[in-house]
Amino acid sequence: MTEELSDILDEYAQVPGPLLLVLHAVQRRLGFVPDAAVPYIAERLNLSRAEVHGVLSFYHHFRRVAPGRHVIQVCRAESCQAMGAEHLARHAQERLGIQFHETTPDGAFSLEPVYCLGNCACSPAVMIDEELFGRVSPEQLDALLAERGGSR
Amino acid sequence: MSAVIYVPRDAAALSVGAERVATAIAREAASRGIDVTLKRNGTRGMCWLEPLVEVVVGSERYGYGPVTERDVPGLFAADFLHNGAHALRLGRVAEIAYFASQQRLTFERVGVIEPTNLTDYLEHGGYEGLRNALRMQPHEIVQAVTDSGLRGRGGAAFPTGIKWKTVLDTPAPHKYVTCNADEGDSGTFADRMLMEGDPFVLIEGMTIAALAVGATRGYIYLRIEYPHAERALTEAIRSAYSAGYLGPDVAGSGRRFDLEVRLGAGAYICGEETSMLESLEGRRGEVRVRPPLPAVKGLFGRPTIVNNVISLASVPIILQRGAAFYRDFGVGRSRGTMPIQLAGNIKRGGLVERAFGISLRDMLYDYGGGSASGRPIRAVQVGGPLGAYVPASQFDTAIDYEALSGIGALLGHGGIVAFDDTVDMARMARFAMEFCAIESCGKCTPCRIGSTRGVEVIDRILYGVDRDGNLRLLEDLCETMAEGSLCGLGGMTPFPVRSALRHFRDDFLKPPTR
Repeated sequence: MTEELSDILDEYAQVPGPLLLVLHAVQRRLGFVPDAAVPYIAERLNLSRAEVHGVLSFYHHFRRVAPGRHVIQVCRAESCQAMGAEHLARHAQERLGIQFHETTPDGAFSLEPVYCLGNCACSPAVMIDEELFGRVSPEQLDALLAERGGSR
Repeated sequence: MSAVIYVPRDAAALSVGAERVATAIAREAASRGIDVTLKRNGTRGMCWLEPLVEVVVGSERYGYGPVTERDVPGLFAADFLHNGAHALRLGRVAEIAYFASQQRLTFERVGVIEPTNLTDYLEHGGYEGLRNALRMQPHEIVQAVTDSGLRGRGGAAFPTGIKWKTVLDTPAPHKYVTCNADEGDSGTFADRMLMEGDPFVLIEGMTIAALAVGATRGYIYLRIEYPHAERALTEAIRSAYSAGYLGPDVAGSGRRFDLEVRLGAGAYICGEETSMLESLEGRRGEVRVRPPLPAVKGLFGRPTIVNNVISLASVPIILQRGAAFYRDFGVGRSRGTMPIQLAGNIKRGGLVERAFGISLRDMLYDYGGGSASGRPIRAVQVGGPLGAYVPASQFDTAIDYEALSGIGALLGHGGIVAFDDTVDMARMARFAMEFCAIESCGKCTPCRIGSTRGVEVIDRILYGVDRDGNLRLLEDLCETMAEGSLCGLGGMTPFPVRSALRHFRDDFLKPPTR
């Protein structure tokens, strides 16, 4: 991890206001931002650990533990609610046997709420990793999960 | 001669299978020995027809949609390459009423061109605005934008030209142009559609803004939820650099402008301009106290333009066609066009760019076709999660800034989310408070604490605990949040809550639930 972190900080340390760029790069590389990375990032950017922790914990996107192999984001905002998103969200929780912000025990899926994927004319919307889906029915969600090894 | 087929690569089209359709077309064409050129456009904004496949016959484009991969062999069998008859045939795309009746100014190329093809952009009038701007003095550019009547399309509706003038008039060694592409409002996707469908127009708009105020560096603050837009922008920025439209010598003018995309990290509050600046500086997205305005002391303490995607993307056509051309659209103090986004429970969801002044009813029924469920539309939320709920009795209200404000609503970023008569408006009011609690930056108390207390108070009302007292308390809490919050998040969450209370009070008074 140290070598990867060091590369990332070499790349961004001179950019103005680099912390978000660094955290994004770490998460892209490792899938999350481990607690152990915080003191190193702080030192290299001449920030306090509290400052790094404060930014890391402020943004919903940053994860502090490893996610499942696939991240399922179910939109829960108004437009999707108008098209049955709450039903879809409950279905996803029951199907995966987890709540929002949790990961299945086999490490296959993490389930996250999201407030708007910008696909509001094709509600309800779901994003799996970086792939967007619209007009998603519970049956279609089942199929998408099954394709990704979710036969629990 | 190779047949030309367009299949959108817009995220909404991809989300309903456009990529599979494109693959199936290529496969079917190969198996039939037909030579086809697949082009990938943005979406026309008729999202209910997506995936909308267009074939070029002569100089016209004919549409078929919504197409699934299973339809593809049948389309070939029906000779769709020559506009053959088929159940999905739509005729000339430019003549589809939904599209033909729009006034596409800002979105004139979206869905038409290949988004990251600079040649295509230039052939469709691209960079003509910049060329005109390069012949003008900075104050003349600012004056043109002021004269156009353009107001901030992000939601605040502040006159763009006035903002620019402040930046122009503030002397500083460095200035910045920042684009707020943190389109977090539910029901809105105009920014995404534009960035994916015509990224160069945003780049051109930002370049003109930079010339107008003397800025040398720009940032597009893009939400992380938009990976397709990120790819389109990154590709377009790279092309603009290669062709000399960005960099040390913009279009041979000797002026420098550098532009990059910075990603947000899933915080709704970063759509608030000062919070966005904090985030761009790598900090928690906490709202700044104003004054000083960002136009005076913005990014890294320098004078900074902060404009929404649509505001900046409307600048090229203003400089290309003139301020009067743009100002001639619209009504009263709402000049130009507005991309209205129809979302939620609506039959024909999509984007409609029209001059201000059309009524909500025409938008919902003439364009939207009523609800998707076939049930009556009971309410619409206009302007995102901080916008008011408008009941059916007020659907004759015109879509312009002043008319909506006259009924206690707001246009915001132009999203309209429709709900049918199964909606529980007390639940939606509770959600507004809950959303505010999730997304509050925490800096000011009315927003941070008030939103959580708001959820609790609404719960007590729903549970039937001292309903009169708690309804009064909720009104009181809304007043505190509206008057005492630092920014629009806490300050405007009362809009949906109060409008639900005003128009749908019975929903709060149903038999108690637990």
